[in-house]
This record gives sequence, C-alpha cells and structure tokens, in this order.
Amino acid sequence: MIPEIGQFALSLALAVALAQSILPLVGAARGIPGWIALARPAAQVQFALLALAFVCLTYAFVTNDFSVAYVAMHSNSTLPLVYRMASVWGGHRGSMLLWTLLLGAWMVAVTLFSAHLPEEMVARVLGVMGIVSAGFLAFIVFTSDPFARLFPVPPNGQDLNPLLQDPGMVVHPPMLYMGYVGFSVAFAFAIAALLSGRLDAAWARWSRPWTLAAWMFLTLGIALGSAWSYYVLGWGGWWFWDPVENASFMPWLAGTALIHSLAVTEKRGSFRSWTVLLAICAFALSLLGTFLVRSGILTSVHAFAVDPRRGVFILILFAALVGSSLLLFAVRTARIGLGGSFAVVSRESSLLANNVLLSVAAASVLLGTLYPLALDALGAGKISVGPPYFDAVFVPLMAPAVFLMGVGPLARWKRASLPELAVLLRWALAVSVLCGALLPLLLGRWSPLIGLGLALAAWVVASSVVTLRDRVRHAGSAAGAWARLRSTPRSWYGMMIAHLGIAVFIAGVTVVKGYETQKDVRMQAGDTVELSGYTFRLIGVSKVQGPNYTATQAQMQITRHGRTVTTLYPQRRVYTVQHMPTINAAIDEGLMRHLYVTLGDPLNATTWVVRVQYKPLVSWIWLGCLVMALGGLLSATDRRYRVAATMRRAASSEVAVTQAGAAR
Amino acid sequence: MSAAALPRMRYVWIVGVFAALVVMLALGLRLDPSKVPSPLIGKEAPRFELPRLQEPRKTFSDKEMLGKVWLLNVWASWCVSCRDEHPVLVEYAKREDVPIYGLDYKDKRADALAWLRDFGDPYRLSAFDADGRVGINFGVYGVPETYLIDKRGIIRYKRIGPVTPELMDRKIVPMMRELARE
Amino acid sequence: MSRLLVLLCALMVSAAAWAREAPPAAADPAIEARMMALASQLRCLVCQNESLAASNADLAADLREEIREMMRQGKSDRQVIAYLVARYGDFVLYRPPLMLSTVLLWFGPLLLLLAGAFALFRRIRRRNAAPGPDLSAADRARAAQLLEVSRDAEAS
Repeated sequence: MIPEIGQFALSLALAVALAQSILPLVGAARGIPGWIALARPAAQVQFALLALAFVCLTYAFVTNDFSVAYVAMHSNSTLPLVYRMASVWGGHRGSMLLWTLLLGAWMVAVTLFSAHLPEEMVARVLGVMGIVSAGFLAFIVFTSDPFARLFPVPPNGQDLNPLLQDPGMVVHPPMLYMGYVGFSVAFAFAIAALLSGRLDAAWARWSRPWTLAAWMFLTLGIALGSAWSYYVLGWGGWWFWDPVENASFMPWLAGTALIHSLAVTEKRGSFRSWTVLLAICAFALSLLGTFLVRSGILTSVHAFAVDPRRGVFILILFAALVGSSLLLFAVRTARIGLGGSFAVVSRESSLLANNVLLSVAAASVLLGTLYPLALDALGAGKISVGPPYFDAVFVPLMAPAVFLMGVGPLARWKRASLPELAVLLRWALAVSVLCGALLPLLLGRWSPLIGLGLALAAWVVASSVVTLRDRVRHAGSAAGAWARLRSTPRSWYGMMIAHLGIAVFIAGVTVVKGYETQKDVRMQAGDTVELSGYTFRLIGVSKVQGPNYTATQAQMQITRHGRTVTTLYPQRRVYTVQHMPTINAAIDEGLMRHLYVTLGDPLNATTWVVRVQYKPLVSWIWLGCLVMALGGLLSATDRRYRVAATMRRAASSEVAVTQAGAAR
Repeated sequence: MSAAALPRMRYVWIVGVFAALVVMLALGLRLDPSKVPSPLIGKEAPRFELPRLQEPRKTFSDKEMLGKVWLLNVWASWCVSCRDEHPVLVEYAKREDVPIYGLDYKDKRADALAWLRDFGDPYRLSAFDADGRVGINFGVYGVPETYLIDKRGIIRYKRIGPVTPELMDRKIVPMMRELARE
Repeated sequence: MSRLLVLLCALMVSAAAWAREAPPAAADPAIEARMMALASQLRCLVCQNESLAASNADLAADLREEIREMMRQGKSDRQVIAYLVARYGDFVLYRPPLMLSTVLLWFGPLLLLLAGAFALFRRIRRRNAAPGPDLSAADRARAAQLLEVSRDAEAS
C-alpha cells in the first residue's frame, strides 16, 4: 500500500513539474499573470509530493518491506536502523529520488526567499527548475522506479554494501547532492536572464547568494566524501582522482570560478555573458557527473550498478538540457563582456585571471577523465589516466591562482597600481619565501613541492593580514578602526575566511604528503614497533561479534615517551550476509597528526601483519574545507542581499519625492 | 550579413563542441571500460613449458604446437563464468578443425580434475599453471580467456570472457579455417 | 619445587616484559618501498579503478610479487614498466605515456591556458580602446549627489 502511494506521488509530482515548467514560462513570455503566479504554489506542491514519496520509501526500508525490489537489493533485517534509513540512497534508484527531493527543497527555498524579485523572474527561475525536475522525474518513473515490487518476496534482503555501513553514508550523499542540485538555481537564474533579455548587474546580485550556498554544500559534500574514504578504505588515502571524485570536483571548480565572476558582474556590470556561460557550465558539469556515475561508461569504486538503458536516458536528458541552454546562450548573447573597462592590472583582471585558471583546471580534469573514453571510442587504444597526470597538471594551474588570492583583495577596481601593490605586499612575500625555504627544514626535509606548498599557505595568511591592515589603515584611532571593521560587510569576512580555509587546506596537503611515514611489520602479542616517536604495542588479537558481522580485532596500545597515548582496535570484519571482508582501520585523531593502524593478514596462529602510519596535519585537509564552507556561509548570508530590495525601494521613493519636489 | 546576425554566430561554436562531446559519450556507452585489450595480438605467444594436468610427469610446450592452428583456453575450477562457456567448448571440441588446449590457471590439481570429470573435458590436454606465471606472460587478468594461435605461434585473436556459439561461428572458426590454409 | 615454580614465574614475567621490536613484514624493506612506490602508479587490472599498491585482488598480489622478484634481480623501474606494458598494454599505467595519441592530453591544459589568457588580454585591451561614455554636467551633479548618499550605506 505505502509503496504504491509513493509511486503515485512520484507520477503526480511529474505532472506538477510539467505544469510548473510550461505554464510559468509561457506566462512570463506572454505576460499572463495567472500563469506566472502558478510557479510558487506548483513548486511547493511538487516538493510536498516528493517528500511524501521519500517518506514512503523510507518507511519501506524501516519496516523491512522486502516485497519492494529496491529494498531487497540494499537492505537486510539485521542492518541497524540508522543504516536502513541511509540505505534509501544506497543504490541508484533511491539516490535519484534523493536528488529530486533536494531539487524540490531548493525550489521551495526559492519560493520563500525571493520576495524582492520581480514575479516574472521568479516564474522563469522556477519554470526552468521545473523542467530539470520533470526530466529527472521522468527518468525515475520510466526507468528507475524505486517502488517496483518483487515476486516472490524474498525472506530477507541482500544487505547494504558493508563499505557503506558507516556514518559517512548518512551525511555524505545528502550534503553532496545539496551542492550538485544547488547549482541548478544559478543555472535557472542564468536561463531566466537569457529568456527575459535582462542581463544586468541586478541579476548577478540575485544569483550570488544561491551560488554561494550551493558551493558551500558542495565543498562540505566533497570534504565528507574524502574523509569517509580515508577512514573506510583502510589504506589512508584521501583523494584518488577517481572519475566519480572528479565528477564532483569539476562543478566545484566551475562554481568557484562562478562566485568570483559574479563578483565582477555584480560590482562592475562587466563580463555578464561569461558569467552566464559559467553558470550554465557549472550545472552542466553536475549533470555530466550524474551521467558518468550512473551510465557505466567509466570504471570507479564509487560507481552505481548500471543499466545501459539508463545511461542513454540520462545522456539524452543531459544533451537536451545543456544543448538547449548553450543554443539559447549563443543566440541571445551579444558580445561577452560589455560594461565598464578596466586596466590590465586591476581587481577585475585578477578575478578574471582566477576565472581563467579555474576554468582551465576544470577543463583539464574533464580532459583527463574523459580522454581514455575518447581514445577508446575512436579506436585509438586504451590508456589509463590517474593521479600522476592530474597532480602534474593541477598543481601548476592552482599555484598562480593561490598567489592571486593574495593580490586580488588588495587591488583596486578598474585600475590598480602595481608599484603600490608591491609595496603593500613586500613583507608578505618575504615571509612566504622564508617559510617555504626554512619550515621544511624544521619539519624534516626540504623538497621543491613542500617548499612551494608551505610558501603558498604562508602567502595567503600573510597577504590576508596585509589586507586586514589595509582596511583599517586610515581609521586614525582604535575606535575608528573598530568602527571600520564593524561596518565591513559580512561577505568581506566570508571571503577572507574562505581564503584562509584554502591556506589551511594547502598546509595540510603539503605536510601530509611530504612527511607521512608508515611501517609494515610482523607482530606477535607483546611486540612493539616505533614510528615517529610513537611506540605501538600489540596487546593481543581476539574475535568480536557485531550486529551483522564477525570480526578479528587487535588491541594496540600506543605510548609516547613512556606515557600512554591511546588504545586502538583495528579490525578485519566479515559481514554475514554478503560474506564481504572489510579492513577497518583504527585511527587516533589529533589536530596535529593522525595515527592510522590497520590489521593485515595472519601469517600463522600467533603472528599478524600490521601496518602503522603517521600522518601529520591530515585533519587540516578537511578542516580547511570546513573553514572554506564557513566563509561561503558568511558570504551567502550577507545583509546586502537581503536589504538590497528594501534599500532600493526606499531610494526609489526618495528619488520620486525629490523629483516631485523639483518639478514643483 | 546584418549586424544583428553577426553576434548570433559568434558563440555557436560552443554548441558544436558540446555536440561533439555528446556524440563521444554516446559512442562510449557501447564500450566496456574494464576490458583490457591485449598488446600481444600479432606478436609471438610467450614461450612456456608446463607440466600436464592429467599426466604431471609429461610437459606441454608451445613449441609442440608450431605448424598447427589452435585455441588456448584459460580456465580454472574456481572460475564461475567458465561454467557458462564450458558446454560451448565441449561441443566445438568435437570438430576436427577446432583443437582446444587448456591452461589451468592457479588451480589445485585435484579440484581441476574433478571439475573436468563433472563438466566434461574439451581439451586435447591441459597445461597446469600453478603459480600463474605463464598466465601473467599471456596477459591474463580475468578467467576465462581464449587465445587463437596460428601455425607460426603468433597470437591472432584474444577473447576476454566466456565464448559463445555466435562468437565461435562468426569469428573464431572462420579465422581458424583461414589460418589453416596458410 | 617451590623454587622451581618461582623461577618459572620469573621467566614468564620477564618474557612478557621483554617487548620484541617487530620485524618488518617484507623480507627486504628497501625493495618493498621501491616496489610500493612503483605499484602506486600502476593500475590493478581486475579492480574498479584501484592502484596495484592498494588492491587486495589475487592478481594484484601476484603482480606485486613479480615486481619484487624483478627488482631483486636488479631490474630498473623502467624495465619493470616495460615488462608489464608488454603484457597488459598502456592501460596498466596511471601515468599515460607521451605518444602521438596523448599529445593533446598532456599539452591540452597548457594550450587551454594560453588560449584563455590570450582571450582575456585581448578583451581587456579592446575594451580599453573603446572610448567611455561622456557625462553631461547634469549627470555629473547627480552622480556626485548619489555618491554622497551611498557612502554611509556601503563601506567598500
């Protein structure tokens, strides 16, 4: 009964989505207020239906309803409740439903936070989102129905993949999808602008908070994914340039470029068309990612089980949505970048140089990800493109961008003075070079990459300090400085914090890659191994029973200078349903270092292979991402975006009164 | 060309690039990304000399097969998909012009012999590759795999995965006939 | 008898207290380190995109042993790579070799960067060449008034 309600809700939602896409868009084009007004309620109804469908599916999982095929494929009665709920998005069909549900959530957010926008703009935005939603709902209803029944009903399910039975599974997909789907709002704004012919600075101001919010979620989603694979895969890596990882990283790069481009368009009205193109590309990359992950076209540990039919459907959807958007762009756009002029050295040019670098980086990741496919499709051989390529290409592109991060905030709009910038930043440069040269020696060894990484991190911090000082430079007194800081818009702080987040991230990556160590040893009970000043001692190995697995567990005591640091319990589990063995690392997480212990194969009844790893500053990688996301949050919630409307209304009434007075 | 039309042309190339991307992705949907094509096609098969499965004291070497066109089928008793193709092999092995020799890959003798008893033995004989070294030399990565080797000992074709009757009829048997005429 | 017992106890206690430094799992740690460094740049052929170093697959373990063996025999990294490529093709390398078919891959990013930088440069120059709009005296006065108004509201 409940699954059928869910199925019906989905079909209804598809109908509503179609109505939401056709009527408001036609209404906005023809000026029919009744149809325009339909947009908001339609979006809200659609979300309610999607939520209902989602609740029905969750109910099926929670009550172990194995007559639903999808539940039988991904759940089991021994699965703990929280993972039964997370299993809802454990496979292709349910995760598509999650995708669509979150799209509905963003639509509702647009209906709630768009009071200051012209109605026909809102109608267009929601109309475009309605088209996207209709496309995906059609995909779900016709090829990926999560509520399809299974006869005969199996007594139990096939269980969720043991690697996914983890808190990471609860948070990572929703957060990631919030980001992916969030870029559809920026996309919708861009298309709405193209459709209406209104491509001005106001459009950029409206788009910016939505883009920032989506970017924030995507940052968190990617960071969670990285952290999760770090501790669940058991070998201590956190980024592999895997196609599915790249599928999430490309929209992130495009989104970062978009945020900066929106700043130029908002402030100076320039490069509007480029910004629109970027908005289309960011979402296009989200859609491409969805296609890559679910079509079976690339191999990845993260890929869903595939059906070629689904691949074709998503490809058609992708081609239709993005193709028509690009066509609209080509037709409706005048030359890219009308608006104020600016000098070669200026804040605009540094922001746009950032755009060039980030766009080329995104294009390079795309190139590397799809190149093996291209060669194979052309019959030109079969190659693999992996971390060696991406590392070689990505770092040289990002280093100048990070350097610009220090220069940009200080440069003036329209025309900046290179000598003035040099004077402002000379100490920051000196400090950075010194850090790059000397810090590695203090930490153990020097290499060009470590030096570069630490220098860049130091540069960002030092130039941020300079920027802060510059802001209060002419304040005169401490009270004046404080007033200056208090009146500084929140988005400025958001920018500074996000940039600092990048510095933290770079420091973490550099130090962990430069100084991590490991040892593989054969241990018997009582043996010790020493690594980076820590002593690891194997107390013993025992058998442990979990809710749906049995495990061999080692007890490792870690001491340093004689004092106990912690006791870790690495395990090797065998899950009862899928008979899948997993290696469960035990990690002592500290801000400055992680100690990572994994239990390997038994060599005989008393001897085990054990791997111990020392990873300095590895948590700074994800901490940096968290700080970046915080910066994004601050910027997205800047009062300017909220009071802009009230101000404009006040200003326009003021002008009207003045004019009326002058006319008298 | 009017001034209004000119801007319209300007960015159409973007749509063109996108169309090319979609075409490539569409082509890609027909491919299998996990198949590893063999670089040994057209090259000499690796030399090997291995003990025979059924008569361990005798050896089987590639040199014995020079002058003949033959199939080398890599199999193992622990391989599940081998069972799918086995009836096909048994059927085609009855023909004079399809000599099939086996390479028992990383198996246990007792298990292998039992398996052949249960499912039939299409092989003129099987070589026993206990540690898989010969398999690595052939570039074996996923059992079952089948190699078509010509009179001069050159690998002319490799099948990754189970053989099907269609494959035998359309590709392998005609190729073997043609090579036999050389 | 009791002395024997005490002696036995003492031995057991001392054996427990005598922590042994665990020996490395690999027979030759130097070769092992070299092998793992190389294996992390090679692809596990039976896995869904994992490196040869990280994979638990049987074939991966076999290939790691092959590499160890070759390194013990004194072969260089390049020779090991050649050995594997001869059997499995370029697919086994995570660092795609530079050949005619991969020129676009390796030089693409640089070409894109140059193209992007060039395009940006040209736009800036072209925009600066175009004359800016002229302001009438009335417009200038109005601009000055608006600047007064907005100075307090926005602090950028």
